[in-house]
Amino acid sequence: MGDYFHSVVLEEDLCMGCTNCIKKCPTDAIRVQGGKARIMKERCIDCGECVRNCPYKAKVAMTDPLEKMADFRYTIALPAPTLYLQYDISKFGRDKILTALKMIGFDYVYEVARGAEIVTKASNMYLRNHDEPRPMISSACPAIVRLIQVRFPNLLSQIMPVKSPMEVAALNARREFCERNPEASPEDIGVFFISPCAAKMTSVKNPIEVENSGVDGVFSIKSVFFKLLKQMGKIKNAENILQAGFGGVRWATIGGEAKGIESDNILYVDGIQNVIRIFEQLEDDKLKDVDFIEAAACPGGCLGGPLTVENMYVAKTRNFRLKFVLPKMLNEVTETELDKTAFDRYPEHIDVSTLDSDLSVALQKLNKMDELCSMLPALDCGACGAPSCRALSEDIVRGKAKLTDCVFVLKEKVRNLAKEMIELENMLPPTLDNKSSGKAKGDF
Amino acid sequence: MSDNVVKLHYDIDAEDFTTAGEASSGVKKTLTRLGVNPEVIKRVSIAMYEAEINAVIHANGGVADVEITPERVTVVISDRGPGIPNVDKAMTPGWSTASNTVRELGFGAGMGLPNMKRYTDEMYVESEVGVGTKVTLIVNIVS
Repeated sequence: MGDYFHSVVLEEDLCMGCTNCIKKCPTDAIRVQGGKARIMKERCIDCGECVRNCPYKAKVAMTDPLEKMADFRYTIALPAPTLYLQYDISKFGRDKILTALKMIGFDYVYEVARGAEIVTKASNMYLRNHDEPRPMISSACPAIVRLIQVRFPNLLSQIMPVKSPMEVAALNARREFCERNPEASPEDIGVFFISPCAAKMTSVKNPIEVENSGVDGVFSIKSVFFKLLKQMGKIKNAENILQAGFGGVRWATIGGEAKGIESDNILYVDGIQNVIRIFEQLEDDKLKDVDFIEAAACPGGCLGGPLTVENMYVAKTRNFRLKFVLPKMLNEVTETELDKTAFDRYPEHIDVSTLDSDLSVALQKLNKMDELCSMLPALDCGACGAPSCRALSEDIVRGKAKLTDCVFVLKEKVRNLAKEMIELENMLPPTLDNKSSGKAKGDF
Repeated sequence: MSDNVVKLHYDIDAEDFTTAGEASSGVKKTLTRLGVNPEVIKRVSIAMYEAEINAVIHANGGVADVEITPERVTVVISDRGPGIPNVDKAMTPGWSTASNTVRELGFGAGMGLPNMKRYTDEMYVESEVGVGTKVTLIVNIVS
């Protein structure tokens, strides 16, 4: 594996070296060293928890600058369903948002919500044709897929092998655009995803289920929010370019995907820690009767993503209201749309927790870790820069830290040293020591 | 104690379904750290979970002792419960003495011991009525 790109990065100048982020990281991937919270690349799953929790906004999710559109002759926007929920839906309907996207320079707009409807159909077909394993887990959230790769290798075979709505949308958007504009050659077209999430950026640069992503760039919802708002004020008659119904649009919120699955036994779970608890049950062979699990790293689902503008509860209410005004689907999914929606390749185990490749050595290191851990105060204070005493002892056996990184151990050592110095100070060599010669003069 | 043996000890709390499974989940985490094959980890944790639940349901809790060597994982779960009068019968899939209360909680399907056998390489049940039961589960790491 070459140098793995991460969209979540540290703005060094802004980082105060506090320990808020290390405590929230679900994969123990951050250490404060030299006063800065550094990310361990191999462990990071780009879930965005640190972006959400940093009080100094020093953890950021990198996305592409809008100027990247200029690199292509034609541009296509792929708005995530979450984009629609950023605006007051009674004033700024979906047709206006899509029209505004064209006004800011996109030649064509393809709703990722339509991609989602195609994925729903493909997933239902997969479940019908395969009796096991169960439950299958949605592959839509890239942070979740990576969490499985890093922490739950036993569940890899349960990942639904259908590409994400973003990739499916990119495929179909490019095809449709070329059909309508025969003069355009595929390499002249730039496909841009409008994203609520950091992990999508990572999955475009380091694709999981495809060799090369169909997406050429990722813009954050934040970066287009005001630009679109400005344009929407000018719209008199919005273009009718809607492709998706509520079945696709509701993917913005947790449960939106699972509710489209033809089963009465679905489970949906949001928030990375909650997902971990469910996956731990799955690993123990529980929840066998569940057919499908939708898991989202962000609280509330995509609408809780770190690159959104609107409060997720407000966005959720808007999603709920849409249920009453939108038909479930505008057009049936066709065979052409379903083409190439299956995984091109399968995600593999990424081992980051093994102490040593030799089991004997690993056992020794584990014993050493336990021994070190018992010498630490068990306060998990984070002052050493590791999230817990256990994590520090692991860093020590891996040769990346030392016991005196613990301020309590260090203080104890200093104290002992001071005590010893006082004791030594009281001792004098016999040539200078008057007191010690209590013996009779002349005797040795 | 030899350096490349890891020993773990857990107390299994009585009649507490919310903490049941904590020992097996702790063992699972340890084995992951050791880089043990995920399939082996799965077998150990499922078999151990079944034994743990049995100790909770039937025997008012007990203790779990786990020994990990480069060759195998050995889990010994002992209790001071009522004992199993007929071990052979108890090994029959579907055979259960669990109370209705326990069954309502989704346990007691009579698959505990058969599942332990299925997921382990070796399994020993020593039981004496009125004294207690000791279940030994062995899963080989290098087969």
